[in-house]
Amino acid sequence: MAAKQETAAAVRDVEQYKYGFVTDIESDKAPKGLSEDIIRFISAKKNEPDWMLEARLKAYRYWLTLAGEEPAWAKLTYPKIDYQASYYYAAPKQKLASMDEVDPKLLETYKKLGIPLAEQAVLAGVAVDAVFDSVSVATTYKKKLEEMGVIFKPISEAVHSHPELVKKYLGSVVPYTDNFFAALNAAVFTDGSFVYIPKGLRCPMELSTYFRINEKNTGQFERTLIIADEGAYVSYLEGCTAPMRDENQLHAAVVELITLDDAEIKYSTVQNWYPGDAEGKGGIYNFVTKRGACRGKNSKIMWTQVETGSAITWKYPSCILQGDNSVGEFYSVAITNNHQQADTGTKMIHLGANTRSKIISKGISAGKADNTYRGLVRIGAKADGARNYTQCDSLLIGDKCGAHTVPYIESRNPTAQTEHEATTSKISEDQLFYCQQRGMTEEEAVSLIVNGFCREVLQTLPMEFAVEAQKLVGISLEGSVG
Amino acid sequence: MALLEIKNLHVSVGGKKILNGISLALNAGEVHAIMGPNGTGKSTLSNVIAGRDGYEVTEGQVLLDGRDVLAMAADERARAGVFLAFQYPVEIPGVTTSAFLKTAINAKRRAEGKPEIDAMEFLKLVKAKQKILGMPDDMIKRALNVGFSGGEKKRAEVLQMTLLEPRVAILDETDSGLDIDALKIVSEGVNTLRSPERAFLIITHYQRLLNYIVPDHVHVLVGGKVVASGGKELAEQLEAEGYARYLSAA
Ligand SMILES: Nc1ncnc2c1ncn2[C@@H]1O[C@H](COP(=O)(O)OP(=O)(O)OP(=O)(O)O)[C@@H](O)[C@H]1O
Ligand SMILES: [Mg+2]
Repeated sequence: MAAKQETAAAVRDVEQYKYGFVTDIESDKAPKGLSEDIIRFISAKKNEPDWMLEARLKAYRYWLTLAGEEPAWAKLTYPKIDYQASYYYAAPKQKLASMDEVDPKLLETYKKLGIPLAEQAVLAGVAVDAVFDSVSVATTYKKKLEEMGVIFKPISEAVHSHPELVKKYLGSVVPYTDNFFAALNAAVFTDGSFVYIPKGLRCPMELSTYFRINEKNTGQFERTLIIADEGAYVSYLEGCTAPMRDENQLHAAVVELITLDDAEIKYSTVQNWYPGDAEGKGGIYNFVTKRGACRGKNSKIMWTQVETGSAITWKYPSCILQGDNSVGEFYSVAITNNHQQADTGTKMIHLGANTRSKIISKGISAGKADNTYRGLVRIGAKADGARNYTQCDSLLIGDKCGAHTVPYIESRNPTAQTEHEATTSKISEDQLFYCQQRGMTEEEAVSLIVNGFCREVLQTLPMEFAVEAQKLVGISLEGSVG
Repeated sequence: MALLEIKNLHVSVGGKKILNGISLALNAGEVHAIMGPNGTGKSTLSNVIAGRDGYEVTEGQVLLDGRDVLAMAADERARAGVFLAFQYPVEIPGVTTSAFLKTAINAKRRAEGKPEIDAMEFLKLVKAKQKILGMPDDMIKRALNVGFSGGEKKRAEVLQMTLLEPRVAILDETDSGLDIDALKIVSEGVNTLRSPERAFLIITHYQRLLNYIVPDHVHVLVGGKVVASGGKELAEQLEAEGYARYLSAA
């Protein structure tokens, strides 16, 4: 199977490094497979305190009890993943010596996205320490943020510098027992971001926009924790719009968000991992658990995701609306082309009174792809006056693709109101001809029409990323018509 | 050499013969009107010139500046300067008129080797043209043609034409559905575009339009053939007599 071949290729790659194991923590790679020893190795590599190692081992032991039973309810088909055939710790990949070594197709895409040359180099994994001056820009901003009391650092550092915050919040929204992939992540995560915004501070810049350059290479098991203290606000952007051609098969990230009273987190993702080739060979399996807890009253969490990459996307950024009057919003664009499969949506769990949620999902399928919206709106007994509005629109390009909408609504409170709307449409020949008659190429026409279809969601992205995301929408659908 | 030359054009749709040897030559600077009963192939002719799929050209040629138009893709033809104001403009949900216009303008500019239009310049330009056509400013914020009235759709077609400044403009019943005031406004829009470098092919059922846009030539299309050609007076005669004389002959 394609996945096996990819894994085998990755394994061959890594096996070229014949380093020792466990006893030699100076080595760059742990051997293949997963065991308590490997977890101890990772923890030792990161010089972690005992409590962190214990947490990892607990998660690992729980994961073992699941006996390889991945969640099976999603509308996804893929070959069985062999967890003993993967590597769980690898130091950052070797840099390429020059741009000449980069896949020209990748560079072409970067060019279409309008990404500056220096950034292209970083994204493609070329060593640019000397060339790249944004790094110093980033450092300047980091200093400013520190002065304001913002903590923004790799989670592996936060474990040392702010153990009390990490201990208190890590796993508090997504416990290791949550699901198969969350357990795996809790056991083996290697790095990710930690953000704390102090009381009353409106973080004056998009986090990660200035930093995205050096925040790459976080690996397949990323762990992110963001806490907005009372009255704080932060907008966080994960990833960037440029395609990442990572040979790793499995990505299982966990993101936890926490808002206290009157706080707000806006979390935007543009995911464009390698989707595999036109025949469905290769590509990333993206199994991600993202969840935010509106712990405080009047707090708000807003998820925006633009998912165009990965061979498989399994992802349900959710909100637990605990605080009274808290608000959860989910805006999603999921594009699948060729043989891509996406099963994505959200969960809005209303616990507090007068909690509100809004779900806007736009699914686009082309080629032989499958696209499923799966969402849960649950209203608890105490959520008096809770309200939800859900809108799911699907757009089909061609007649070999599929779109599916699976909404679950559970209400235990008679005063709650939920509303659900769904549409399915197609790009017609007439629309394409009309655009072409105005001089647009077929690809431009598709991009324009699809961008119009997703407008409501793209508008919620931070400005500079909205522009890149718009271009990305077009690029990811190239070759989908004609 | 004529700007647009149609030579002995034969076209079938789904095996059914629609156009039976049409020949027309539009010189730069000229306005040609085509009149004819319903279902005689006027829109078919426009669509074939514009490059819509689904038509089989069994014989004949269409040349733009001597270039073989039929060998070009629809978007290429458009960028070469062929514009069709649609009899039935298409709705594109979600795509603002503004985004659509900008994309179309930039497609043309790219073909001309010019940089993309500046956002401010674009707004100023569109506003000015909208004003001439009596369209409200905020019309361009709405999704293209979605919920537009019949007359609004036709005006939007003319707006696109004035922005794209084509070399050959084909107007397929652009006057249908327009009220009397709109008819005048739209005609003025066309007249200001008349120039020695440009040619128009105007399809209409009503002689009235030709009072505002005075044609150099009028052609009568019946049964997929040009059965008569003449000056402006031919339109007046048709208005008075109808097509009976040509129908019996055909
Ligand atoms: N796709 C098609 N399939 C079958 N017949 C078609 C198709 N398109 C056009 N026709 C037929 O070709 C003939 C010419 O149609 P066309 O639309 O060109 O007429 P027209 O002169 O523009 O008429 P009107 O004045 O009503 O707009 C009609 O009989 C029409 O039904
Ligand atoms: Mg017609």
